[in-house]
Amino acid sequence: MKKLSVKTIVATGIGAALFFVLGRFVAIPSGVPDTNISVQYGLLGFIATVFGPVAGLLAGLIGHFFIDFSFGWGVWWSWVITSAFVGLATGLITSKLKVDEGEFAGKDIVWFIISSVIVHFVAWGLVAPVLDILIYSEPANKVFLQGLVSAGVNSITTAIVGTLLCVAYAHTIPKKGSLKEED
Amino acid sequence: MNNLFNYIDRPSPIHRLTGATKFVCLMLWSAAAMSTYDTRFLAILGAASLVMFKVSRIKYKDVSFLLSFTFVFLIMNNILVYLFSPLHGCEIYNSTTYLLPYTGHFAPTAEQLFYHLNYFLKYLATIPIVLLFVCTTNPSEFASSLNKIGVKYSVAYSVSLALRYIPDVQRQYHEISQASQARGIEMSRKTNIVNRLKSASTILIPLILTSMDRIEVISNAMELRGFGKRDKRTWYMAHPFRRPDIVCMIVCAILVVIAIALNIINGSRFYNPFMQI
Repeated sequence: MKKLSVKTIVATGIGAALFFVLGRFVAIPSGVPDTNISVQYGLLGFIATVFGPVAGLLAGLIGHFFIDFSFGWGVWWSWVITSAFVGLATGLITSKLKVDEGEFAGKDIVWFIISSVIVHFVAWGLVAPVLDILIYSEPANKVFLQGLVSAGVNSITTAIVGTLLCVAYAHTIPKKGSLKEED
Repeated sequence: MNNLFNYIDRPSPIHRLTGATKFVCLMLWSAAAMSTYDTRFLAILGAASLVMFKVSRIKYKDVSFLLSFTFVFLIMNNILVYLFSPLHGCEIYNSTTYLLPYTGHFAPTAEQLFYHLNYFLKYLATIPIVLLFVCTTNPSEFASSLNKIGVKYSVAYSVSLALRYIPDVQRQYHEISQASQARGIEMSRKTNIVNRLKSASTILIPLILTSMDRIEVISNAMELRGFGKRDKRTWYMAHPFRRPDIVCMIVCAILVVIAIALNIINGSRFYNPFMQI
């Protein structure tokens, strides 16, 4: 396995800390009980896009683990693994984007939005319910319904928040060749 | 805002265990408590966890903030379970004993109350242990203990960085949020969801951008000190295993075995006192 770069390690740590704080304190109720709008998935999409799949996977895993842990109700493994999956998959699909070189406009935005919608539907519509059934033997209709609702809510949040973050970050980085020699 | 990972340093036998031991024990203990609904076993685990709390010399007021939170959650969950399936207990235990002459849908049954008792015991068996782990494990030692049980040290270091920066990020979030509120951005329930989402992102952008700077600074500092050059590293906070560590791990492993055995003996995950023979 390739050695992780120091930057990936640090990004993972800080990303997990951000994921934790956002998930723990910035819960915006969506009107439906027990479903909060999770801003942290926008952040996770952003971290995965900028720092790659490994950082996304670990930030999701560690951050979600800490959230469950701090609530004191034990760790809900099926959903922790799903968060890790979201980070990994987003990182893989968006690896061709160059947000860290200041490029994020037009086609890149469309690609980011489409891929995060796909990732979230696979994750919450398929991975999470299947794990719920395997680990906790929950009734199938309940978990698939829950999963589809979260998939919808999370993909919309990621598309909005993640895009905003990528755009804002890309703006702060000077583009390659943006300086011209004076004649 | 309270710090959630508040390590409280007091001399006690539990503090002296290595972080690796506590982590392994926590995992085994929760596995044991999660896998079974046997009332007797859960009651013993619950009592044992309270005793250990006493041994660790963590005081009630140290964790009252966390506990109150969990307590509200527990009550809410119990009410929800009762509202959604007031006969859940009867299904599980295959019998129905009405406690009152009234026998409608929401009539209290002995089985349902027993189920709620189990539910409560399950929390009693796990929550004190989780709190105990949080309060008695030094965060830096936690990272070294992850490394000890086989996690790569770069990953363990990410975990320790996350623990180290959670309070910082929390404080920064709070500062930015107060600054935005002072400038008239409404964050509370008074406004609608779209506006709240919008105002959340106005906090998010400065928070993320300063964090990106922070990532830059930290990774430069680590690179300058040659982090990641070798395949192994030593930990300042690491302790060798001693006899109590090994005893604790064996005891917790036995608990898991008992839990599995009980599931087999009881024929299901539940202990059923209502069964007619």
